[in-house]
Amino acid sequence: MAIMLGKTAGSLFWMARYLERSENNARLIDAGFRIALTRSATAPAEWKSVLETAGVVHAYEAANAEFTSSRVIDFLLRDPANPSSILSTVKQARDNARTARTHLTREMWEAVNTGWMTLVALLKRPVREDDLPDVLATIRRQNGQVRGALTGTMLRNDGFDFAELGTFLERADNTARILDVKYYLLLPSVAHIGSSIDNVQWETILRSVSALRAYRWLYGAEISALKIAEFLILYAQMPRSLAFCCEHMAGHLGRIQHLYGEETEAGRMATALCRDRLAGPIQSIFDGGLHEYLRGFLAANAALARQIELDYRFVE
Amino acid sequence: MTTEGGIRAPYREYCQWFDGEDAARIAQKAKQAEAFFRTIGITFNVYGAEGGDERLIPFDVVPRIIAAGEWRRLSRGIEQRVRALNAFLHDIYHRQEILRAGRVPTELIARNDAFLPMMMGMDPPGGVYTHISGIDIVRTGADEFYVLEDNARTPSGVSYMLENRETMLQMFPELFAKVAVREVGDYPINLLKSLSACAPPMCGGTPTVAVLTPGIHNSAYFEHSFLADQMGAALVEGHDLRVVEGRIAMRTTRGYRPIDVLYRRVDDDFLDPLNFRPDSLLGVPGIWDVYRAGGITIANAPGTGIADDKALYSYMPDIIEFYTGEKALLPNVPTWRCSEPEHLREVLDRLPELVVKEVHGSGGYGMLVGPAASKKEIAAFRAKLEANPRNYIAQPTLSLSTVPIFTNKGLAPRHVDLRPFVLMSPQGITITPGGLTRVAMSKGSLVVNSSQGGGTKDTWVLED
Repeated sequence: MAIMLGKTAGSLFWMARYLERSENNARLIDAGFRIALTRSATAPAEWKSVLETAGVVHAYEAANAEFTSSRVIDFLLRDPANPSSILSTVKQARDNARTARTHLTREMWEAVNTGWMTLVALLKRPVREDDLPDVLATIRRQNGQVRGALTGTMLRNDGFDFAELGTFLERADNTARILDVKYYLLLPSVAHIGSSIDNVQWETILRSVSALRAYRWLYGAEISALKIAEFLILYAQMPRSLAFCCEHMAGHLGRIQHLYGEETEAGRMATALCRDRLAGPIQSIFDGGLHEYLRGFLAANAALARQIELDYRFVE
Repeated sequence: MTTEGGIRAPYREYCQWFDGEDAARIAQKAKQAEAFFRTIGITFNVYGAEGGDERLIPFDVVPRIIAAGEWRRLSRGIEQRVRALNAFLHDIYHRQEILRAGRVPTELIARNDAFLPMMMGMDPPGGVYTHISGIDIVRTGADEFYVLEDNARTPSGVSYMLENRETMLQMFPELFAKVAVREVGDYPINLLKSLSACAPPMCGGTPTVAVLTPGIHNSAYFEHSFLADQMGAALVEGHDLRVVEGRIAMRTTRGYRPIDVLYRRVDDDFLDPLNFRPDSLLGVPGIWDVYRAGGITIANAPGTGIADDKALYSYMPDIIEFYTGEKALLPNVPTWRCSEPEHLREVLDRLPELVVKEVHGSGGYGMLVGPAASKKEIAAFRAKLEANPRNYIAQPTLSLSTVPIFTNKGLAPRHVDLRPFVLMSPQGITITPGGLTRVAMSKGSLVVNSSQGGGTKDTWVLED
């Protein structure tokens, strides 16, 4: 079996994490922008929650007094003061791809490199609001090409598994954060069965994970906090749900353990994550407190990331 | 192709094809080639450029063509030279016969930073010092070739040789059906075979080869990853390696695994922070001791860089004669050593017509091209030269031959050089037909270095 350096495995993992992060942030901007256009009064609060979800609200507040659309958008897209800006995230994805280049197919590398070159050209200067939808669509399209190259051309060896682990770990983190930042909106409706939550708000949540259509298709017009949470946490057919992500993480770790003929703590943790936190039903999650549940999930997910890094020797 | 003197014989078939082509189509292909290079990321970082810009080396779509007979002559001369270099290095690090015989001055070695006293008495596995070398050659007339420089430290550019051919095959497939051109694509496999044949005594079984790179910010990183990829070898950095049970081992996802042959693309100084530069993060602490004990092969061998020295270069005809007993098949460019007072006097008198180079310089940095320099530049250089003459050599400005390049005004002549790549192992010497042709892209310019705006083109050696 071909040897894989620990560093290379780490680069593949982080390449995928950064790419996933850039796509998630593009989706968050899209959802925030929509709400800011339709409800200017709530826009600042909405932008603040977008920044919270992206985990950069402190960095933003350090340099900005107000949450205006143009400032927040520029900050999330390309501000050098934001280490998680889309530009910097894609740059880091490309640097990791360069480090792991010997384990990427030519198609895969070209997709990542082209994505980065396109983005650098697009984000040379601040993006006008008119152009924002196009720019965000381009970012998603570039990521689609990378995923296409990944699944279409990469050998299904440990390198592929490490990249996919990065994708799903990051995605689970993102979905859990979106829910956690908005969980308070979901609570009143559970307390008062039958009362409806704010339509626009829940649409925003679903839009942030590109799942509005899928939700309607599954649940019809029924707007319920319980259903939304169930959909995003437990529904294993939904590719951005926690259940889907964890199932895949456990699957890829299972493949790596099988290939290496060696069980690891990370493998056990991923299996436990699926078994203990994603068995449902959704009512029991609400009973224990949605916020507490999500905090617990995020901590377990982060611990899994650290264990993967340790077990597979990403760093010394 | 109808520059002065008409069409040279090896270009005849190409020229026939070219004349039947639409210039606009070729111009479009040239554009495509650039996009192609950018996408695959064959870029290099320019030292000192703002923000570590990644730049493309300009690529010219007209191949440089060498006849079969010309190449036979050249490759014989190159092989002789590389054998002599390797023998010289062995001698310098052992009995130093050539110094005792007075053929090369002792101080040239003793005062040389590239000389590694720690290599004295060391026997690198297989007796090979110069696993990979690049011999820079220029042409000045129909049958006149000169060696301009020897690169035995860590010659770069081979990835361009390979990608240039790949690009030509993609853009003009029909051309290769018309003209019989010798393959270059087996270089990575030959490199792997050649390195594997130099495995150290402690190697058990199939040798594990790894490429050591300073990392993604190095100007030649593309080449490092390209070669590792093509050989199926691991691409490692210093922090991936450590000494485990007397071997150099790399940190894999399943623990540390020993490496047998390390093709290093870092300089000697950076190899081992314990034994060389304590501030270096690029190397592996303790690699030197493992090397001495026969636990690893380092390619090229430490201390090989002395062969790149431009003052030593001027002694190459003697060196070749001393070790092979034959006259050099490829001549040197006549060279003035500024360390010698009468040479220095002559150089200072003729500065505007000469090329002056730093003895340890590379990449075209810190050199003076007399005929192209202003009075002010020449005066400034004169001061540097007088302050430290030992640091310089001078050569006449050669009337380099030109080959055609494709410009927006059609074909135009430009000066070129050639860097053939040479592999050495106990099993013999392998030279890839052709090599990297570097071309001075601006009219009349003699500087072909990529760091100074030079470009490259595909190099064809014709089948017999």
